[in-house]
Amino acid sequence: MAKATFRIWRGNADGAEFVDYDTEVSEGMVVLDAVHRIQAEQANDMAVRWNCKAGKCGSCSAEVNGQPKLMCMTRLNDLPLDEPVTVEPMRAFPLIKDLVTDVSWNFRVKEKMKPFTPRPPDAEDGTWRMEQEDIDHVQEFRKCIECFLCQDVCHVLREHDLHEEFIGPRFFVYAASLEMHPIDTENRLEELKDSDGIGYCNITKCCTKVCPEHITITDNAIIPLKERVVDEFYDPIKKLFRVFSR
Amino acid sequence: MASYETHEYDVLIIGAGGAGLRAAIEAATSDLKVGLVCKSLLGKAHTVMAEGGVAAALANVDERDSWRVHFADTMRGGQYLSNARMAELHAQESPDRVRELEAWGALFDRTQDGGILQRNFGGHQYPRLAHVGDRTGLEMIRALQDHGIHQGIEVHMENTVISLLKTGDRVSGAFGYEREKGRFKVFSAKAIVLATGGVGKAYKITSNSWEYTGDGHSLAYHAGAELIDMEFVQFHPTGMVWPPSVRGILVTEGVRGEGGILTNNEDNRFMFDDIPELYVNQTADNPEEGWLYTQGDREARRPPELLTRDHVARCIVREVQEGRGSPHGGVFLDISWIKEKIPNATEHIRRKLPSMYHQFKELADIDITEEPMEVGPTTHYIMGGIRVDADSQMTAVPGLFAAGECAAGLHGANRLGGNSLSDLLVFGKRAGEYAAQFAMENETVPLDEGQIDEIAAHTLKPFENPANDGSGEQMGPYDIQAQLQDKMQELVGIARSQESLTQALEEIESLCEKAATVHAIGNREYNSGWHTALDLDCLLTISEAIALAALERRASIGAHSRDDHPEKEEPGASKYNTIIKKTDDGTMEVRRHPVDELRADLQEIIDEME
Repeated sequence: MAKATFRIWRGNADGAEFVDYDTEVSEGMVVLDAVHRIQAEQANDMAVRWNCKAGKCGSCSAEVNGQPKLMCMTRLNDLPLDEPVTVEPMRAFPLIKDLVTDVSWNFRVKEKMKPFTPRPPDAEDGTWRMEQEDIDHVQEFRKCIECFLCQDVCHVLREHDLHEEFIGPRFFVYAASLEMHPIDTENRLEELKDSDGIGYCNITKCCTKVCPEHITITDNAIIPLKERVVDEFYDPIKKLFRVFSR
Repeated sequence: MASYETHEYDVLIIGAGGAGLRAAIEAATSDLKVGLVCKSLLGKAHTVMAEGGVAAALANVDERDSWRVHFADTMRGGQYLSNARMAELHAQESPDRVRELEAWGALFDRTQDGGILQRNFGGHQYPRLAHVGDRTGLEMIRALQDHGIHQGIEVHMENTVISLLKTGDRVSGAFGYEREKGRFKVFSAKAIVLATGGVGKAYKITSNSWEYTGDGHSLAYHAGAELIDMEFVQFHPTGMVWPPSVRGILVTEGVRGEGGILTNNEDNRFMFDDIPELYVNQTADNPEEGWLYTQGDREARRPPELLTRDHVARCIVREVQEGRGSPHGGVFLDISWIKEKIPNATEHIRRKLPSMYHQFKELADIDITEEPMEVGPTTHYIMGGIRVDADSQMTAVPGLFAAGECAAGLHGANRLGGNSLSDLLVFGKRAGEYAAQFAMENETVPLDEGQIDEIAAHTLKPFENPANDGSGEQMGPYDIQAQLQDKMQELVGIARSQESLTQALEEIESLCEKAATVHAIGNREYNSGWHTALDLDCLLTISEAIALAALERRASIGAHSRDDHPEKEEPGASKYNTIIKKTDDGTMEVRRHPVDELRADLQEIIDEME
């Protein structure tokens, strides 16, 4: 069996560093397998989040060789193993320990957003009628597994640290899933413009590139939301109308 | 004295998968203080992995469907060992529970006329599974989560419950710790709902995540509740088998529902070779009829690939054992063949089975629209679990409720696909409702400090146990877990015998001794080794329960197969459930309990549907 070296970030908020581990690798292994083997054999107390190991839960987000990835979907045969594979926690969030970061900010952001508010049911049995083609886009957004890799890679959060003024790609996708939901009646455009900071996004599409669910975040969610915000608040006729209707 | 934070609730829910979230939402409607504790982050629980769909007799696709047919299908699938009242409630209430999810934002795939689309699944007479492609579980957990976060529920993420607390006969709280710093938390509660899921991590090949260590089963058992039918562990027939690192990952039954076929290395559709008597009348006897069924032909009967999971898993094992398996020890599952039948097959497969397409493409370099998959059985679900009252979901311990996979009764000897997501909605809601009612009718009882100190000391013991002195005798937490998984796979797997089960019980006993001296390195902060050491208590408890119940059932029925007792029933024995209970001296005891006679009106439904 071949060997490979994994250079893993170890430590907590008080101090952390890379530690090298050699371990055996075999056909079909993913980065998470290697991390688990190291954990079981050499570093029992190493902290790593994971659940499904099948790309469905979005727990094992990390930076592998500097790229934001799900460790469970990153195969070793796609990486050069003649040099150490670096595995680091997501950098846009505070470190708890080793590969685990404090992502609680994301949960707080979601809680503050206006919830789904359906129109009254269409039928007497309390159900609605919706065409498949009208929900295709929303279903795309609802594929999101909340891995927060899009948040990790977004420079508004990662480099400018604007967590208090900007909700990040994940929550624009969430807002889009609600705003474009055929039976939702709520309007979230004012928040998107103000407290959610959609204007900070300069559509570099970094989020779309790292999405493990292949959601076209920028084109299908963020740009249409930006357009709606523009239509609502910057359209000259509407602006005029608002002045006179005060 | 141990140091800990205290949190007081009217209702405490342990577990935040579908059942736990649904219970919490229901309890919170009563204006009570509700706490929710979960081992992972919110929205990551195992429900997220459910693929195929949620079973509900909405009759949107075939108007012949009704709760009566769903009830009869569930009973037949469970080999008539299910709790009939639970099967009745489940079939009656699941349509409302599914529709309600839509009111909370869930978006199921649609029919032509804009209603909720339903698909075929094994053991279900009509297309019954509401679904979203093959990611139904994600849609459900997200709908519950996004609704739940606005109901005033206090959530404790990444917290593990070590033990329940009792005051007299009643449950009075729970003792746990939070992962980040390793600090203790004590939860006092008037009522507690266990919704912790299953036990798959007791086995080597499993579709389950690290969380599935039988916590609820074990917590309830040690608190004095009974476990029933623990021998019935579902081995899902189609898990990935190659490459080795992905062995066990689930391949949805939806592949077969969409027309996928199982073949061996002789290119034979071996499922036609053995059709159980109970299902002969409902099963196609030629490939064309089977195909027509998957395409919605109402006159056609279902293909044998959609027989119940226990049977399909056994047929696959037979093919492999008799030398007709695929190169890596499974059989072939082929959906690509449908291009002979329909135009745009590639697009159709990618639309209907998107996550299967990605899973195979990314993890195994297989394009399922072009070539067959290799699949084999994987530990998936436990039908057995905590014994509860059918209506209220309360256990034998006053104030303690259970719902979802950790509770038992609905599925009997074998669960039908899709009946788990509906189970957790129907009985999650009921558990939340009745737990709330219990909390309103009863006062808080004071906690016993002595009990808390004892549990705290036990929780810290892995740090105090001496480290390995190098003699090789002591095993680390991961070694013990791996050895248990090997033994359970080998001795308490799909094929069992008196000999294998007796040996398993001896192995478990010896691993219990090793677990008592297991050493954890490092400190209490987010320490996976310590956590694994603490999980061992639960894993060993439920492994013993599974093996003991399997030894008691000297017959082969549903998911339980005994090589030494191939017949379905013991001569002269009437139908029974196995019950496991902790005796006063702390040992595990198993007994049989006759299955209750069916209510006449329910018996009539079953006779009518034969």
